[in-house]
Amino acid sequence: MISIIKTIWTVILHMFGKRETVQYPDEKVKLRPRYRGRIILSRDPDGDERCVACYLCSAACPVDCISLQATEDEHGRRYPEFFRINFSRCIYCGLCEEACPTYAIQLTPDFEMSEPERPNLVYEKEDLLISGEGKYPGYHFYKVAGLKIKDKDKGEAENEDEPIDFKKLLP
Amino acid sequence: MINLDWSALTAIGILLGVFTLAPGLIWLERRLLALWQDRYGPNRVGPFGIFQVIADMIKIFFKEDWIPPFADKFVFFIAPGIIMLTVLMSFAVIPIAPGIGVMDINVGVLFFLAMSSLGAYSVVLGGWSSNNKYSLLGGLRAASQMISYEVFMGLSLLGVVAMAGSFNLREIVNAQAGMWNIVPQFFGFVVFTVAGLAEMHRLPFDIPEAESELVAGFHSEYSGMKFGMFFVGEYIGIVLISAVITTFFLGGWHGPFLPPLVWFFIKLFAFICFFILLRASLPRPRFDQLMSWGWKLMLPLAILNLVVTGAVLLAVRQGH
Repeated sequence: MISIIKTIWTVILHMFGKRETVQYPDEKVKLRPRYRGRIILSRDPDGDERCVACYLCSAACPVDCISLQATEDEHGRRYPEFFRINFSRCIYCGLCEEACPTYAIQLTPDFEMSEPERPNLVYEKEDLLISGEGKYPGYHFYKVAGLKIKDKDKGEAENEDEPIDFKKLLP
Repeated sequence: MINLDWSALTAIGILLGVFTLAPGLIWLERRLLALWQDRYGPNRVGPFGIFQVIADMIKIFFKEDWIPPFADKFVFFIAPGIIMLTVLMSFAVIPIAPGIGVMDINVGVLFFLAMSSLGAYSVVLGGWSSNNKYSLLGGLRAASQMISYEVFMGLSLLGVVAMAGSFNLREIVNAQAGMWNIVPQFFGFVVFTVAGLAEMHRLPFDIPEAESELVAGFHSEYSGMKFGMFFVGEYIGIVLISAVITTFFLGGWHGPFLPPLVWFFIKLFAFICFFILLRASLPRPRFDQLMSWGWKLMLPLAILNLVVTGAVLLAVRQGH
């Protein structure tokens, strides 16, 4: 009986407490830097696309909202011919970001993308690509990868030794 | 021009008042619950969110009115009407202010008790005709709860009746001009409040529709405006119980300085807010706990109250 009265009294006191509600459109929500929102595709410091169209994001996506098509330029560098994210299916789990070997796909703290027309939620590559480097400034996949591309031969990457000539007997 | 006399006008006024009060109560309840839960509640649509109710009503009117193919169609159809009918009929005997009230009958207390008992049919028939095990369980619980709480609801009122010496609600109110019944009939007041909550299966006694156990209890299969009628019936029930407590225990329209109508509504709203506060703070008891409190605690308390009241009244009258 006393506990019931105590409960009622505690509830009454909550009348004067601070409201938890954030009045969203009037008052913006404070989002943390690691908040997982709208997905973007970043570029490397040279301004080229980081994406190498390896399909790992598409494979990792639990709701299959990412679709892309790989292609190569004349120097053998892979890039996506198209890259499409259906944000009406995306659950913002961040698995694509974790799967990405080149830090190309990243989630940003932006969620304000509501849309009256459903097809408009399908973002194409030009909608996804940003001009900057996102969360990993200075990272350049081809500068650290052993792959031969334009202006860089094998063994010329950072922290990389010259390739061993396996036809020579000398150490 | 149709020649409407005063009583017909007040009857229509009370009916319309009750019908506007019930949806207003939905808004009030949402705002108050939010207030006690550190939220704001609906505050977007119109001033203080008051038009939220209109938006919700428009929505519920356009909902599909669906009768499940396995239901007993006729009973399913009339069940929500019964609760509306009985609750609104009960309002007929409530004396709101001197000269304002639908009818003035000499067995007003009995009429109110009869109508609130008939309300049990609504939930029982609704639960039965839905042909769904959750609905049936909800209906069964509603039946046993309402019938057992009915017993001492009546008994707790008998003390008031004995003090006033009349079953007429106006005379009961007038008998409280000197002192409100809440003082001499405090136990009767407590028992009646608990019984009233259980009678209107209002939280914390919403066991017939316990969401966490029975989906939505007796109205699991109801949708659209049929569900809305159960809902509005329940809200009018809250107004009714508050009005009845005001009448029986808080001296109805009596009070200093302010006009009688204002006093009645102040008391009414105080009780409505108190019931919402109970909803915000108390957890739902188990069903067997509810029944054992009813029969082992409330019923003896009500009988004791009646016996003591009778003894005191006899002693006082013999002393004269």
